Amino acid sequence: MIVELGHFTLILAFCVAVVQSTLPLWGAYTRDARLMAVAGPAALAQCALVAVSFAALTYAFVNSDFSLRLVVLNSHTAKPMLYKITGVWGNHEGSLLLWVLALAGFGAMAALFGGNLPATLKARVLAVQGLIGVAFLAFTLLTSNPFLRLEFPPLNGDDLNPLLQDPGLAFHPPFLYLGYVGLSMSFSFAVAALIEGRVDAAWGRWVRPWTLAAWIFLTIGIALGSWWAYYELGWGGFWFWDPVENASFMPWLLSTALLHSAIVVEKRESLKAWTILLAILAFGFSLIGTFIVRSGVITSVHAFANDPERGVFILMILGVFMGGALLLFAARAGALEAKGAFAMVSRESALVANNLLLAVSAFVVFIGTIWPLIAELVWDRKLSVGVPFFNAAFTPFMVGLAIILPIGAMMPWKRADIARALRPLRAAIVLAVAFGLLAYALQTGRSALGPIGLALGVWVLAGAVTDLMARTGRGDLGARLTRLRHLPRADWGKVTAHSGMGITIFAIAAMTAWVTEDIRVVRIGDSYSLGSYQITLVDVRDVQGPNYTSTMAQMRVMRGGADVVTLFPEKRFYPVAAMPTTEAAIDYGLWRDLYLVIGDAQDGGGYAVRGYIKPFANWLWGGVLLMAFGGMLSLTDRRYRVAAGARRSTAPATAQPAE
Amino acid sequence: MRALILAFCLLASPAMAVNPDEMLTDPGLEARARAISLDLRCPVCSGETIDDSNAPISRDLRLAVRERLLAGDSDAQVVDYVVARYGEYVLFKPRASGSSLLLWLAGPAMLLGGGALAYATTRRGTRAPEAENLTDADRARLDDLLRP
Repeated sequence: MIVELGHFTLILAFCVAVVQSTLPLWGAYTRDARLMAVAGPAALAQCALVAVSFAALTYAFVNSDFSLRLVVLNSHTAKPMLYKITGVWGNHEGSLLLWVLALAGFGAMAALFGGNLPATLKARVLAVQGLIGVAFLAFTLLTSNPFLRLEFPPLNGDDLNPLLQDPGLAFHPPFLYLGYVGLSMSFSFAVAALIEGRVDAAWGRWVRPWTLAAWIFLTIGIALGSWWAYYELGWGGFWFWDPVENASFMPWLLSTALLHSAIVVEKRESLKAWTILLAILAFGFSLIGTFIVRSGVITSVHAFANDPERGVFILMILGVFMGGALLLFAARAGALEAKGAFAMVSRESALVANNLLLAVSAFVVFIGTIWPLIAELVWDRKLSVGVPFFNAAFTPFMVGLAIILPIGAMMPWKRADIARALRPLRAAIVLAVAFGLLAYALQTGRSALGPIGLALGVWVLAGAVTDLMARTGRGDLGARLTRLRHLPRADWGKVTAHSGMGITIFAIAAMTAWVTEDIRVVRIGDSYSLGSYQITLVDVRDVQGPNYTSTMAQMRVMRGGADVVTLFPEKRFYPVAAMPTTEAAIDYGLWRDLYLVIGDAQDGGGYAVRGYIKPFANWLWGGVLLMAFGGMLSLTDRRYRVAAGARRSTAPATAQPAE
Repeated sequence: MRALILAFCLLASPAMAVNPDEMLTDPGLEARARAISLDLRCPVCSGETIDDSNAPISRDLRLAVRERLLAGDSDAQVVDYVVARYGEYVLFKPRASGSSLLLWLAGPAMLLGGGALAYATTRRGTRAPEAENLTDADRARLDDLLRP
């Protein structure tokens, strides 16, 4: 009964979305206030209906309703409650429902907080958002209905993939989806602005919080996935350039670019057409990501969703939305006249360089991802593009980005002087070079990656601090510190996010270049040394988990005769899914992670054991979280709250002068 | 997407891709073998290197790589040896030749093209407007005023 209710509300949501996407659009065209006013309530209703539908599906999972096909395929009564709930989105149909819920949620948020938008813009934004809803609700209902019943329900389910039964992964998809779908908001704003034929500073200010929110979710989602891969996959890798990872990384790169170009629109009323194009493309890449994952067209280790029917449907959605938006762009972009001109050397041009590098790097990821497909279709060559290609082809652009970042961040708007922008950064340059040389001197015979990464990281970090201090003006230290506290949140956000970027660059280089790896056979009771640690395999025994069996090793780690920690790496076996998993044991530390993995018993006795010392591993997640935190600081900046407050007063919310 | 989710289903099970019994005693040769293995794709798996993969053929390839190294081959010769038998499919980094050259040049070409476009657009923007005809004295005064 409840399941049918969920099915029914999903169909109702589709109907509401159809209304939401048509009447307001017509109303905005004919300036009919009543038709335009339909948009807000429709968006709220759509969200409520999808939420009921999602709740019904969750209810079925929680109660292990095995008359539902989806529950049978992805759940089991012995599964812990947390994973019964996360099982809702641990599959194609459920994850699509989550996608639609996020989409409707963003629409409802825009309806609630969009009070200061001009009526026509608001109606058009919500209508475009509704149109995306129509497409994806149709996709869900027609090709991926989660509410299909079984005529003969089995007694128990097939269990969720054991790899998904993990707290790190439980919240990875929701964050990623909120990010992908958040970009639909930027897309809707871009298309609405094209229909209006008007892009101004106020538009930049409205679209930026949505992009920022989407970007924060994407950042956290990617970090969660990367962290999960690090501790779960058994060898401490954190990024694999897999097509599905790339699918989430391309929108991230483009939304980062969009974030920066929207600043130029907001502050200087320039780069309008480019910003609109970026907003369209960023969401386009979200759709491409959906296509890559859902169609299985690019065979990856993720290719569990091989279903051409779904692939074609998503390709159609992609074609309609990208084709339509780009056509509109081609027709209208000329009308978007730039107001603020800028010199060849200026903050604006630095941001153009930032956008160029980010867009090109996204393009490199894109072409590398689809190249095997192109090569096979066009030249009938079967080839592979993987980690070594991306490392070689992608990294130079990021190095370039890191080099120009601190300089660009210090430049004034309109017209700047490189020499003058560099002057306050002299200390940062010296510091970066000194750290790089020091690292180079300390490491002998290793790759240059570590020192270069360290120098770049220090450069970006010190540059961010310099930027912050420069904002406090002149005078004695006390006065400057007081001013520091009163700086706008956006300034703090910028500096925090840039610092996070510096730390991330350093951590990636350090983890890759300075890792210590050890693979060997160890007998119970034997000791060996890994770096400066002495490790003893004390015992290996079998343990019974709630829905798995485990071979658990007890490994004692000592350093200089003193106990450091005792670790328990496991090899688990999930009988329902007939699948083994590795549970690495990690001793997390500020300077290094100690990472131990137990393998198979060897013929000659003893166990295969892998050990790693991963330097600065936590700095990677810390750096990425710092970026996301910087985004949050920026999002809570006063000027967005002021803009939100303006809706209560009757004052027209037109373009406010740039700060 | 559940991005990483099912990710590496295949990767995760084989915690022990490179087994201790395969490894060479000479650390220099072993390091070269590892580096080569990381660039070679397991021919039967999806998206795994022979270094990660647990498939029997990957083990054979790992052993073959080590055998060739022991026989005194250079890294390039070892890779050629594997490519000659399994095709360019096993290379995770396509060679920059033939149509694959396009893949390698795509990024730099876009950077140059985009850079030229941005340069041209910015130039057109700067030439037209405001106060371009300042004297040096004006500019010095302006700089003075604008100094933070």
